Amino acid sequence: MEWADFGFALLGGVLIGFSAVLLLWFNGRIAGISGILSGLVRPTAGDLSWRVAFAGGLLAGGLALRLFMPSALPTTHEAHWLVVLVAGFLVGFGARVGSGCTSGHGVCGIGRLSLRSIVATTTFILTGAITVFVAGLTGVHP
Amino acid sequence: MRSGKKRGLLTAFVAAFLFAVGLGVGGMTHPANVIGFLDFTGEWRPALLGVMVGGISVYYLLHRQILKLHRPVFHDAFSMPTKKTPDARLLIGAAIFGVGWGLGGICPGPAVTSVAAGSEAFLIFLVALFAGFLAAPQPKPKTARIALEVPPAH
Repeated sequence: MEWADFGFALLGGVLIGFSAVLLLWFNGRIAGISGILSGLVRPTAGDLSWRVAFAGGLLAGGLALRLFMPSALPTTHEAHWLVVLVAGFLVGFGARVGSGCTSGHGVCGIGRLSLRSIVATTTFILTGAITVFVAGLTGVHP
Repeated sequence: MRSGKKRGLLTAFVAAFLFAVGLGVGGMTHPANVIGFLDFTGEWRPALLGVMVGGISVYYLLHRQILKLHRPVFHDAFSMPTKKTPDARLLIGAAIFGVGWGLGGICPGPAVTSVAAGSEAFLIFLVALFAGFLAAPQPKPKTARIALEVPPAH
């Protein structure tokens, strides 16, 4: 994707923004995906069903993309499966310790002008960029 | 309000559906776009910036209007984060998150959405993601509603 496709990215972001607004308006919740998903494996009483519905919605959205916009979904990952495994663990661990991920901090938090979220987002973009640089040098990223 | 709770399930589903479609349209489901955005010294890809600008703008403009309401439509109260200032835990967690994010080019939303494509790599990522959730030390109560029930320790 290059600058010519920036419009699609912007449109995707607007859809995500409206989704987060909807969840705040009707359910009173911040659309932080890591927070919502982690509640599935550490449930508290009366707080599970909406999380299951949300995870189901993400999957259903993925299936809709598969049907109507198949190019939107990746079918393979370039990196070795061990790299993907380690990446998944660090993302889950870091998101819990840091109270959020790209959605909760990067969209909702910054949208609320939260200092914590601005600091968190700056931090993970920085360490992400360093990681991509090092992974490129060492051949971890093909 | 039982029916309200049930309708809350529907709105959670619809919001997540919309979120997943937004991720797909915005190109966030492709790890190459995420890694390309973080590759400032290489061939930089701006897609993630567009998604963030779009999402932040909409949320910034509309969330204030919603918080002026006394309560969300299907719940008794808004569940908002109560912490205001950054701390070591936030910085360490975000730094670790960034390393994993740069390594795989996948964050939690796209991880679930992309599983629909039937790719093994995304299933592996998703299982590891939940293992990471479970391995992380439990965060302190962070929403207003929980904070009311459990007084802060300090």
